[in-house]
Amino acid sequence: MTNIGPDVQVAAGTVATTPPTDPPEPAADVPGAPAGRPRAAWRMLLPSMTPWLATGLVLVAVIVVFGVVGPYLVGDPDAISDTGLSGPSAEHWLGTTQTGQDVLAQLAHATRGSLQIGLMVGVLATVLSAFFGIYGAYLGGFADEAFSLLSNVFLVIPGLPLVIVISGFVPRESRGLWTIAVVLALTSWAASARVLRAQTLSVRSRDYVAASRLSGEKPWRVIGVEILPNLLPVLASQFVYAVIAAILGEAGLSFLGLGASNSSTLGTMLFYAQNGFALPLGAWWWFVPPGLVIALFGMGLSLINFSIDEIINPRLKNARTARRRAKAARRRERRSATGTDGTAGTASTAQEVAR
Amino acid sequence: MTSVHVTDLTKDYTLRSGLRRTRLRAVDRVSFDLVPRRTVALVGESGSGKSTIAKLLTRMEKPTSGRIDVQLDDRTPVMGSVYQRHVQMVFQDPFASLNPFHTIEHHVARPLRIHHRTHDAASTHARVVEMLQRVNLEPAEQIALRRPHELSGGQRQRVAIARALAPGAQVLIADEPVSMLDVSIRLGVLNLLGRLQREDNLAVLYITHDLATARHFSDEILVLYRGRVVERGPADAVILDPHHDYTKLLALAAPDPERVGSVGGTRRGAARELPARDGIDNSVCYDHDLGDWVHVDDRERARA
Amino acid sequence: MTTLTAPDARTTPTRRPVLTVRDLTVVYDVEEPVTAVADASLDLGRGEILGLAGESGCGKTTLAYAINRLHQPPARIASGSVVFHDRDGGDVDLLALDDEPLRRFRWSQLSMVFQGAMNSLNPVRTIGAQLDDTLRAHTRMPRRERRERSAEVLTRVGVDVARLRSYPHELSGGMRQRVMIAMAMLLEPQIMIMDEPTTALDVVVQREILREIVRLRDELDFAVVFITHDLPLLLEISDRIAVMLAGRIVELDTAEQLHRSPAHPYTRRLLGSFPSLSGDRGSFIRDGGGPTAHDAGPETGTDAAEEDRA
Repeated sequence: MTNIGPDVQVAAGTVATTPPTDPPEPAADVPGAPAGRPRAAWRMLLPSMTPWLATGLVLVAVIVVFGVVGPYLVGDPDAISDTGLSGPSAEHWLGTTQTGQDVLAQLAHATRGSLQIGLMVGVLATVLSAFFGIYGAYLGGFADEAFSLLSNVFLVIPGLPLVIVISGFVPRESRGLWTIAVVLALTSWAASARVLRAQTLSVRSRDYVAASRLSGEKPWRVIGVEILPNLLPVLASQFVYAVIAAILGEAGLSFLGLGASNSSTLGTMLFYAQNGFALPLGAWWWFVPPGLVIALFGMGLSLINFSIDEIINPRLKNARTARRRAKAARRRERRSATGTDGTAGTASTAQEVAR
Repeated sequence: MTSVHVTDLTKDYTLRSGLRRTRLRAVDRVSFDLVPRRTVALVGESGSGKSTIAKLLTRMEKPTSGRIDVQLDDRTPVMGSVYQRHVQMVFQDPFASLNPFHTIEHHVARPLRIHHRTHDAASTHARVVEMLQRVNLEPAEQIALRRPHELSGGQRQRVAIARALAPGAQVLIADEPVSMLDVSIRLGVLNLLGRLQREDNLAVLYITHDLATARHFSDEILVLYRGRVVERGPADAVILDPHHDYTKLLALAAPDPERVGSVGGTRRGAARELPARDGIDNSVCYDHDLGDWVHVDDRERARA
Repeated sequence: MTTLTAPDARTTPTRRPVLTVRDLTVVYDVEEPVTAVADASLDLGRGEILGLAGESGCGKTTLAYAINRLHQPPARIASGSVVFHDRDGGDVDLLALDDEPLRRFRWSQLSMVFQGAMNSLNPVRTIGAQLDDTLRAHTRMPRRERRERSAEVLTRVGVDVARLRSYPHELSGGMRQRVMIAMAMLLEPQIMIMDEPTTALDVVVQREILREIVRLRDELDFAVVFITHDLPLLLEISDRIAVMLAGRIVELDTAEQLHRSPAHPYTRRLLGSFPSLSGDRGSFIRDGGGPTAHDAGPETGTDAAEEDRA
């Protein structure tokens, strides 16, 4: 089957009317061409700003500022006055409790307490999960199996009941903020450790880790300098998650009366509001503010977490930018519809076609 | 100068499926020598054991049996951490072998610092720039500050080569160093390796599935099939005058426009029949230097 | 640019074309729009194997996708025409088709084998079920006929019929790729576009599959657009070859002519990049010294557009 006739040798000026370019230059208008200036590494780890992220950051920032600065601006939260259980007024912006304490002052101190416990547990749980997850996965073999087993055991231990048992077991006098933090951290690291282990296993098998080991890096440097930076988004996400869980967990404990004895948190506030019959008495200003702060803080952190997820899983981000671009492309095609009729982009994947 | 003597290298993997364990012999009694200024090519398909040999040579895996002796000119054996300095590797995928988090400078500077080739920040930086210039990465000062994703595949592979040479490597394992690169830049990278080999008196092991580059870039070729060497000898002899059925099969399957021209007609080139793979025996090896067949067990017996 | 007015055996197929592409331009609407394919024109003859050669980011895949209108936003066909000439004489303007006719057209007249397609089989369904799905989506065949047809195409590509009951993981890479080709042949299309169908495979398997493609083409007379960066391979199997560089077709010629006397410098450069297996050692090999032309040349292929899609 020769499709080519004998006259193929005709040396007509056939194709290629482009001026020959040798060596060929890449298209000049290629975006993302290497920039002259180096970009800082941490920039790659930052999520891109979206309305959701902005909302989350504002919520968290406002609550953190309130918790850090607030206690200095308000009066003594324990000061008892004779105006018990009064609604919001010019004197007491958020009203008073049954015993006449200022709710705003209490809220400021309670927010600080809750943030403290959230931070402590967040750090502790992240350190624990990083150690058992990353180190185990890096070592592999028996250590990995052992660490895996340990985190699996901790994973199946029901968290809250255990916390209740431990908290109940420790005498009330010695049940400080640290005790509660440690208890909460011990029951919450395991899930993160498993996530980190999976991620580490994936990073560890990449060639650049092998290459750095080959060039003689010590194990701790391989983990700390080569692997860990690539896990930072995951770690951040796990940290944020741990903080949310800790604040909620502590609130739950305190509400049950098993919280730290020497501190005031949003949970203890709710505990006292419950004991003071705030709900039956209709004193909404007593229990709504702490509840709202917990809810908003949790929401803010979750919103931040969604953005971090986009770094961990770029596909989420691509889906978002693709949606945006598709919209823009449709707009443009509608505008130019007069020129080329019916070239509307149909988004269809290979799979769809095959079906 | 450093040379490597590999004797009867064998590697078994244990495959576990449920309670059943099966042993898979990935590399079976492979022997060869790497000497300065010479390139040995390991040719084979995926699963032939060529990458396992790379892992064994770089000590990423331990051999089941056999020896890898690395020695200096005066026959001093090279061992321990010095081994790592002498034997370095260039990986196949330049997109995976550089850490996306770190700058190019980091990748080249670390081996310099680890192996005490430089002692302070200024001399390290100067050395990094020098290394980058050696692999034709210009402007080196600026490239040193970039991150892998800002470089093209060919540039990344050059960085990988600079990193491998940074500790002062004398033996270079190149595991498919150009198969992931665009065709028009492959020769550039291979020629670069050739130049560095001459300049530094490197002993090079070139692992590839591409017969054509193996022929042109190496002095000796070892054809691997299912873990065993089935043909060995000078590069041209192995490719132009293959004896073993498997080598013939490989040579016949590889695209070769020259041969098409001689057959006369493009279509016929594609449709050429291949011998069946079923009957291929990997227990015998044709050695072009001996000019004779060697049975894998004979050699064993002869040594014992 | 490559509008070919004078009929010329080297640039147009000798038989009536099955597909005509004229001045096709594809633009990626990103922040700074990128022209991924610029004024591409080519004719695909009935039963012809047309090679499309080029390096990563040259726009060859984008062109193939655009022909089938499989391109996804932000890619957009800015201008040009793609006309399909049916076996029974009718012409179809592919760019004007509505969604439903387009869906029916794809796969039944023009099918594709994608890059790494062998990994796109559904791992939890048997080969037979997946072939059956395609048939069911495009035809009204009764169940038994569908099964017979599935068995027939599988035999054609050299896979045992018993494999209909196998799951993808039970097949080797080469086998899976054959199954993908079988799937593309299922509805007897007049055109098959193959995007690097053998790149991930070992040489021997690659050769077997190529032989299969050429044989099937001889038997069934469909046209093939074969996309790859491997020019020596194209020289062996194609009738004509189009070389793409930075979105443009810079040379389009018969395989023989292209091999013997390439016109465009880039084609020469590409040809020179492949050391010949049995021929002389090229001068480029081991010439040592300083950087060679290849060494210093800037590398094409940072086409953000293609990366975007990947």
